Amino acid sequence: MERDAGRSMFDTDELVINMGPQHPATHGVLRVVLKLDGEKVVDADVVIGYLHRGVEKLTENRDWTQIVLLTDRLDYVASAAANLAYVETVEKLMSIEVPRRARYVRTILAELQRLASHLVWLGSHAMDIGAITVFLYCLRERELILDLFEEYCGARLTYNSMRIGGLPQDVPSGWLPKVLRFCDVQEEKLAEYETLLTHNRIWLQRTRGIGAITGQAAIAVGLCGPSLRGSGVPRDVRKDEPYAAYDEIPFDIAVGANGDTYDRYLVRLEEMRQSMRIVRQAVEGLPEGPVMAKVPRLIKPPAGETYHANESPKGEIGFFIASDGRSTSPYRLRVRPPSFCNLQALPQLVRGHLVADVIAIIGTIDIVLGEVDR
Amino acid sequence: MPENDQNPTGGAPRPPAAPAKPAAAAPAKAAGAAKEKAPPPPPGPPDPPPPDGVAVPAFLEELQSTLPGAIAQLSYWVGDWTVIVAPGRLREVAAHLRDAEGARFDYCSDATAVDWLGRPGPRFDLVYSLYSTALRHRVRVKSRVDDGESSPSLAPLWPAANWLEREVFDMFGIRFEGHPDLRRILMPEEWQGHPQRKDYPLEGPGELILESPQDWLRLGQSIKESETES
Repeated sequence: MERDAGRSMFDTDELVINMGPQHPATHGVLRVVLKLDGEKVVDADVVIGYLHRGVEKLTENRDWTQIVLLTDRLDYVASAAANLAYVETVEKLMSIEVPRRARYVRTILAELQRLASHLVWLGSHAMDIGAITVFLYCLRERELILDLFEEYCGARLTYNSMRIGGLPQDVPSGWLPKVLRFCDVQEEKLAEYETLLTHNRIWLQRTRGIGAITGQAAIAVGLCGPSLRGSGVPRDVRKDEPYAAYDEIPFDIAVGANGDTYDRYLVRLEEMRQSMRIVRQAVEGLPEGPVMAKVPRLIKPPAGETYHANESPKGEIGFFIASDGRSTSPYRLRVRPPSFCNLQALPQLVRGHLVADVIAIIGTIDIVLGEVDR
Repeated sequence: MPENDQNPTGGAPRPPAAPAKPAAAAPAKAAGAAKEKAPPPPPGPPDPPPPDGVAVPAFLEELQSTLPGAIAQLSYWVGDWTVIVAPGRLREVAAHLRDAEGARFDYCSDATAVDWLGRPGPRFDLVYSLYSTALRHRVRVKSRVDDGESSPSLAPLWPAANWLEREVFDMFGIRFEGHPDLRRILMPEEWQGHPQRKDYPLEGPGELILESPQDWLRLGQSIKESETES
C-alpha cells in the first residue's frame, strides 16, 4: 500500500478474471478464476464439475460387464487404459487368472493408447503455445493408431476393448505386422516433432522454468504420472506394482530433473519411445493360447473391497470397488482419476507466472475433463 | 427359474397352476426370508481378518505397538491390507503412518467413502488409500463415521487430500474438521443433498422439466417475485 501511495492515478487493486469455462485452451469445460496483479497471477481457483455425469452413481445400477462402457467415457482420449484398470480390479476381486496372451495383447493396446493420448497432448499443448504445425502432425499419426484400434474392436474412440477375464476377441490376422509397421513410422515422426520443438527458442522460452515444482512438493500435492516423473520422482505403477505383462517386458522410466513444463515435455516424449519399445517386444514375444479365462456367465464377485491402480497416460488411475456379494452390480465403485489429482496442483503451479503461462501449465498437466468431473 | 422360462412357451395348460404355486409357497416356505428381502439391509463390508499363513507387515505391527488401542481391526483381502481405525484416532494413526520410519506413506492416493445405509453402527466408511513412494507399499485406512458426524481432515498431512475430501463432502455430506477449504467441488454450490448417498434417487431429486422458452421465462419470473417478496 505504501509503495503505491505516490502513484494513486494507477489502479493497483487485484483484478479477478475468469478463464473458461468456454475457452479453447482449457481443454474442455474448465473454469479457472485468476487473481491478477497486472499480468502476474497471484492466485487461482479451479472450478470444475461442468461435465459431471455421475458415473460413480450410475455404476451402482449397472451390471459388472456394462460398466466397461462407462469407463470408456471417463478419459475419452485414452479409453483402453480405463477399461484395463477396471477389468483388472474386478479380476482381482474375483481372483481370476487372465491368460498370458490376453495380458500381452492388453499391454499392446494400453501402450498404443498411451501413444495416442500423448500425441493428443503434444499436439494440443504445442498449439496452445502457438505451434500449429505440431498439432497437425500429431493428429495425423494418431489417426494411424485409431485405425489400428478400429481394426481390433471396431470403434475409434470408445473402445470397450476389454472384458472381465480377458479380451472380447483375439487380434485379427495381419494386425500385428501393421502394429510393427506403425511403430517404424512413429519412430521417424517423433524425431520430426523434436526438430520442431526441442531446440526451438520460442518453445524453450515458453516452457523452461514455467510451472516448476520439486519432487517432494509434487508427491505431497498428489501429482501422478508424467507430471510427477518430470519432477524427478521415478514413480510408475507399471514398474512398482506391475500388472498386465509389464513384469515380463523390460523398459525404462523416463524421469525429468527440474520439474518444469519443458522437463515434462521431455518425459512424455521419452515415454512415447518406451511405449514403442514395449509394443515391439510384446508383439514379438506374444504367446499362443486363449485370450479369455473361464468366467462365470453371471459376474458376481464375492463380498469384499479392493483398490487397484494402473498407469494410464495421465497417471495413476485406480478403482476402489466394494462388492456386497449379492447383487450383480457393485455396491460402491470409486474412480481415482489421475486428471483430477493433477489438476489440484494447478494453483500451486501458476502462482507468480504470467497469464499466458497459465495456458502452458494447463496443457502440461494433461487433463481430460471427462475424467476430472466423471 | 426354468419353470418360469417354460411358462410363456408351454402357456395354455399350465397358467392356473404355475402362478398359484409360488404364491402359495412363499408365505409357507419363507416368511422370514421374504421379510429380509423386502428391506435389504447391507451387512457392511466383511473386512476379513488376515488368514494364518499371511505375515503382518512390520509397519502395521509397529503401529499397533506404538498406538495401542488405535486400531480396531486389521483386515486382509485379495492382497490388500486395511487398517480399521478406532473412533477418534484417525489423525494419530495417519500421522504415524506418514512419519514412522518403516511406513513412510508420503502419497495419499485416494480418499473416498462408502455409504453402508442401514448397517448397525456408523453409516459411512471413510477410506484413505495410502502409498509410499520410498518403500513402495500400500495400505488402506478406514474409519467409520456416522451421519452428521465430522471427521478430522487429513489435508494438513497430505495436501493431496484437499480435493479428495471436498469430493467426499460433496457426494456424501461428511464434514471434515480442520479442512482448509471445504466447499462443494463437482456439484453446484447451491445444490441440495449429497448424490452418492444410497438414499439419494438415481434420477435426481426431481428436476423441473423446462421444455419451451416460455417455461424458462416463467421460472425466471417466479424467482424474481420470490426475491422481491423476501
